[in-house]
Amino acid sequence: MKHKKVLIIGSSALKIGEAGEFDYSGSQAIKALKEERIYTILINPNIATIQTSDYLADKVYLLPINTHYVERVIEKEKPDGIILGFGGQTALNCGLALHREGILKKHKVEVLGTQIETIENTEDRQLFCNKLSEIDVKFPRSNAVNTVEDAVQYAEEIGFPVIIRIAYALGGLGSGICRSKNEVKRIASKALSYSSQILVEEYLEGWKEIEYEVVRDKYDNCITVCNMENIDPMGIHTGESIVVAPSQTLTNNEYHKLREIAIRTIRHLGIVGECNIQYALDPKSEE
Amino acid sequence: MSKKTAIKNRARLILKNGNIFEGTIFGYQTSAAGEVVFNTGMVGYPETLTDPSYKGQILVMTYPLIGNYGIPVFNINEDIPKYFESNKIQIQGLVVSEQSELFSHWNGFQSLSNWLKRYHIPGIYGIDTRRLTKILREHGTMLGKILIGDDKIDYYDPDVEDLISKVTVAKREKYGNGSTKILLIDCGCKKSILTNLLQRDVTVIKVPYNYEFDGEDFDGVVISNGPGNPAIYKQLIESTQKLLKKQVPLLGICMGHQILSLAAGTKTYKLKYGHRSQNQPVKEIDSNKCYVTSQNHSFAVDTKSLPRGWEPWFENLNDYSNEGIRHEKLPFRSVQFHPEAAPGPVDTSFIFDEFLKDLK
Repeated sequence: MKHKKVLIIGSSALKIGEAGEFDYSGSQAIKALKEERIYTILINPNIATIQTSDYLADKVYLLPINTHYVERVIEKEKPDGIILGFGGQTALNCGLALHREGILKKHKVEVLGTQIETIENTEDRQLFCNKLSEIDVKFPRSNAVNTVEDAVQYAEEIGFPVIIRIAYALGGLGSGICRSKNEVKRIASKALSYSSQILVEEYLEGWKEIEYEVVRDKYDNCITVCNMENIDPMGIHTGESIVVAPSQTLTNNEYHKLREIAIRTIRHLGIVGECNIQYALDPKSEE
Repeated sequence: MSKKTAIKNRARLILKNGNIFEGTIFGYQTSAAGEVVFNTGMVGYPETLTDPSYKGQILVMTYPLIGNYGIPVFNINEDIPKYFESNKIQIQGLVVSEQSELFSHWNGFQSLSNWLKRYHIPGIYGIDTRRLTKILREHGTMLGKILIGDDKIDYYDPDVEDLISKVTVAKREKYGNGSTKILLIDCGCKKSILTNLLQRDVTVIKVPYNYEFDGEDFDGVVISNGPGNPAIYKQLIESTQKLLKKQVPLLGICMGHQILSLAAGTKTYKLKYGHRSQNQPVKEIDSNKCYVTSQNHSFAVDTKSLPRGWEPWFENLNDYSNEGIRHEKLPFRSVQFHPEAAPGPVDTSFIFDEFLKDLK
């Protein structure tokens, strides 16, 4: 076995977009590593999680997830590997920061599972859209802008309603639906106070909202664990709507078309581990 | 529903070992007998019910709610049915836990119950399909019957009958106009095998399973899926042996795999309760790559009897039964699973590409 000591970035606080599933996935990652007899170290400030239980990781640090504390832990524990993909948004952002500041390189810590480049490609919405175009996957028309004026201009180009989102925030923090020019101005200026880059996207109101959970290993084997259908359509935030697994109103063609796209996407992006892919499906055609 | 109609609609599913399940009839009001098998697929009931490989079988759906998205329109004038695997319902009867009379889908045209009625197929709902499936898994597939009231009908064993003769095409049919010519031997061919070939720009000549193809001009042969026990189709096995002798590129799918294997000299045996689902994991033996496949079969190939020159190609990761064989040097290959999917995952459609590569 190549790696002896691995650091896992935990799930941190529960919030919309970073809920209990990351506690679960982190716990599973710890179990899998222990099965391989690898020494596991976990950083997670949230004591109210399963993964911080004494019977899981070999060592738990109840510390905030940011570069400062993670570096301290790396210095002390000297792990040879780090896993970023099982702790949700905070863990991904922290991983990108650790990479950017050269901390991982300095301490010779190898990223296991999903790689930094893949995280960058999925978290930066423009890069993500570029990647999807390469494999003919359709996505809502979208543009990354840095000013309120550009946001208004693009919204008028694609037509209302539009949705404004913040880059590097998958959970929908600071996002909003705009049905008029004034709303774009209001929400865009608010969103720009969180981040220098925001996204203006076509808004597919009323479409069916479908999700797939996909797992891929290093040898490119892929399975979809399940699919899910939101009982409430697009327009109601996932965090507030009821989701049912498996889908209830998809035909075989729809189910497997989306499954095939999910697998094609995870392969192209090079994700190793688990990922969740969300779709908007037109309720009146197979689009 | 008034009490009177409720009593009138009561029906029983009786298994040959004596187990009785009470439920309510839906679809067409008739009693039916067949071999009781279960399928664990979660979607794709219009495709499943029209798959000719289910000929002679009473199908149990383990997914508890069937009919949610209704049944799409079937246009009788279409050469190739768009949303179905053949132009009628093939099963003897349907067993579900709950059927959905109200459906929700843009393409839904009628309810499952209506559709069954049109094709004179009975369905029974309100059955504990979980318990039923456990019995079938323990005892193996069994003969059974759906009985309304005091009806009396005999058990019916499909394995001894020439079922293919009931589902094969009546006469030679030609599709597409690509330069490569494929002879498709129809043992109860699912539509998607045909459409998967046509998507790859070939001409397909679909022929009955007992067709004399000596005068026919073709570059390769596909032997389709089909119902029943492969070992009873002696004539088909002999004509496959002729093709092997001529070294014509061959692809067998499901029944076609069993026929090709028997022609090569192996034996087949009946699985305890078969593989009928859309999530069967298979492994390609030389590359160790894994795929999730759609399957529907009762019989399997015994690789211990595989003659020299042949090798196992795929194996099932649930029970390690054989899922495909190929010849070490010659262009003969066959798979037990369904590369055409429908219903099911499309992971293995590359099988068609590999086959066509041999023809060029």
